[in-house]
Amino acid sequence: MVEQTLNGCQLGVMLFLMAAGLTLVFGIMDFINLAHGTFYMIGAFVGATSFVHSGSFAVGLVAAVAGAALAAVVLERTALKRLYSDSHLNQVLATYALILTFNEAVKVIWGPQPIFAPTPAFLSGSVTLVPGLDYPIYRLAVLILGSVLALALWFLIGRTRFGMQVRAGATHRETVQALGVNIGAVNAGVFALGAGLAGFAGFMAGPILAVQVGMGEQILIMTFVVVVIGGLGSVRGAFFGALLVGLADTWSRAMLPGLLRLLMPPSSADAIAAGVASLAVYLLMAIVLAVRPQGLFPRHG
Amino acid sequence: MADALSGASGRLRLSVGAGGAILLALPWILVALDEPFFIGVCVRFLAYGLAAAALDLILGYGGLVSFGQAAFFGIGAYTAGVMIHHATDGSVLLAWPIAIGGSTHALLVLPLAALVAAALAAGIGVISLRTGGVYFIMITLAFAQMVYFIVLSFPQYGGTDGLMLMARNAAPGLDLADETTLYYVSLVALAAFLWFGRRLARSRFGMVLRGARENERRMRALGFAIVRYRLAAFVISGAVTGLAGALLANQSGFVSPDLLSWQRSGEIMVMVVLGGMGTLFGPVLGAVALLLLEEVLQGWTEHWMLILGPLLLGVVLFTRGGLWGALSGERAGDG
Repeated sequence: MVEQTLNGCQLGVMLFLMAAGLTLVFGIMDFINLAHGTFYMIGAFVGATSFVHSGSFAVGLVAAVAGAALAAVVLERTALKRLYSDSHLNQVLATYALILTFNEAVKVIWGPQPIFAPTPAFLSGSVTLVPGLDYPIYRLAVLILGSVLALALWFLIGRTRFGMQVRAGATHRETVQALGVNIGAVNAGVFALGAGLAGFAGFMAGPILAVQVGMGEQILIMTFVVVVIGGLGSVRGAFFGALLVGLADTWSRAMLPGLLRLLMPPSSADAIAAGVASLAVYLLMAIVLAVRPQGLFPRHG
Repeated sequence: MADALSGASGRLRLSVGAGGAILLALPWILVALDEPFFIGVCVRFLAYGLAAAALDLILGYGGLVSFGQAAFFGIGAYTAGVMIHHATDGSVLLAWPIAIGGSTHALLVLPLAALVAAALAAGIGVISLRTGGVYFIMITLAFAQMVYFIVLSFPQYGGTDGLMLMARNAAPGLDLADETTLYYVSLVALAAFLWFGRRLARSRFGMVLRGARENERRMRALGFAIVRYRLAAFVISGAVTGLAGALLANQSGFVSPDLLSWQRSGEIMVMVVLGGMGTLFGPVLGAVALLLLEEVLQGWTEHWMLILGPLLLGVVLFTRGGLWGALSGERAGDG
């Protein structure tokens, strides 16, 4: 149970890193980016490949974040910035087209099969947290590193000059521009920041999940659930939404088979439990929407 | 079709007339060209065209960006698939409290597919229409993904592998196993919906829907219960999309979770925008254009998505109005 809770928090932290980028980009540029999962995928592929070739986990990590951020800045400056003032429908369609393109490009470069992402030697094995509870070191490292990044993000947005420009840009775009802030640079910075976080999440997820084409969309849809629950545009909402979704998903997957076995034969219980468990986060979303349609932490204005 | 086009320009009438004539004569032309295989391909065009036109009703007229149409498309296909599967298999769909078997009867299965999709749309719509804008996009996408997982969790219907169908729907004097019959049934369904949808868009109902797209607050102030109108449109769209899915399942003899995937939702949305939103005819043209383009590109290279993706991006960035606007001179909101 404690182990499942830790797993849930670890998934929650990953989801937060994804949701933070999505929600910041939406908050400041009113832009809905379906291709956010693509940066996650790029981080996973570039990072795993760099790690395998260089033998250094750190090199892999830097390559993952840099690769995702670079792809984001190039896309933002060449194509996506034209869409900021466009309808959400066109933003969705354009980024849908980008997903198709990048998924196929990854298939061309790395092939259609999942690639292997090794766990670094110094993070493999498990550690005894309390007597009787062994937990994989790697998952613990993901949890801790992700939490540190979440704190750093909070500091960056809440306590620095860049963060002030981002927050001001979200509510009073014209005023910020009139005060001499280069809003284009802020936009690109936010885009790169969000993509870098996604790339980091993708790289760290590599050894836990499969590194394959389509991984980005799986997490993207979960991320949508997170920001819908938390309230779009709110970093705080993204944080609590991510934890809620991470825990709901992990707990239901861990506990439902046992519960249903009390009611029916094991074989059908397992099949049904697997199905129902994957629905848990969507049911959570439906319940939150029924009570608070704007999410738990709606943005003001 | 006449009263659905009242007040239309000559160019628009010509476009609709020419399109209708081509679609009517197509099976004869293909047989004459000794290419009867393509009748099946054209059934796919019609089924996707119907699904795209159904999305246009809520997207083009209602301004509701539903990214979950694949849920209705797939559930319609699976309804037909499961009924046919049990009928050919001799097994029961439901053993308790009353035994229900499968069926291949067209007049039972096709309406049932629409009904199941309508019920699903009602459920999803009630929750998603509590919000709007970007939320609506993400919620419909998420719920469609939920339906995808539900279908995956039924191992008796093939899970990820899908379900092969050993028969098609039939009714006395109407055997859909004959490709040409299936083609005309699909064409009648499409024509009926286009006629109905254009009438609906001009009716008071359609005006409220379009008014709410332009200015929601004003329509509320005028006393319209907008959510009810939108929900009704969403359910109609879901039902028609489900019927389109059932027709496609008949044609392909196969249903798989791929029909429910978010890529299908995206594809149907691209068809609407490519053809021209808010015209109903446009999305049909968009469906044909996109499917043809995919066929051609697939013939060129295995990595055809590398061409299609940037092409679609260019269409979104640099074009407005869609193919139908260029052809007929009609723009969104004219109809």
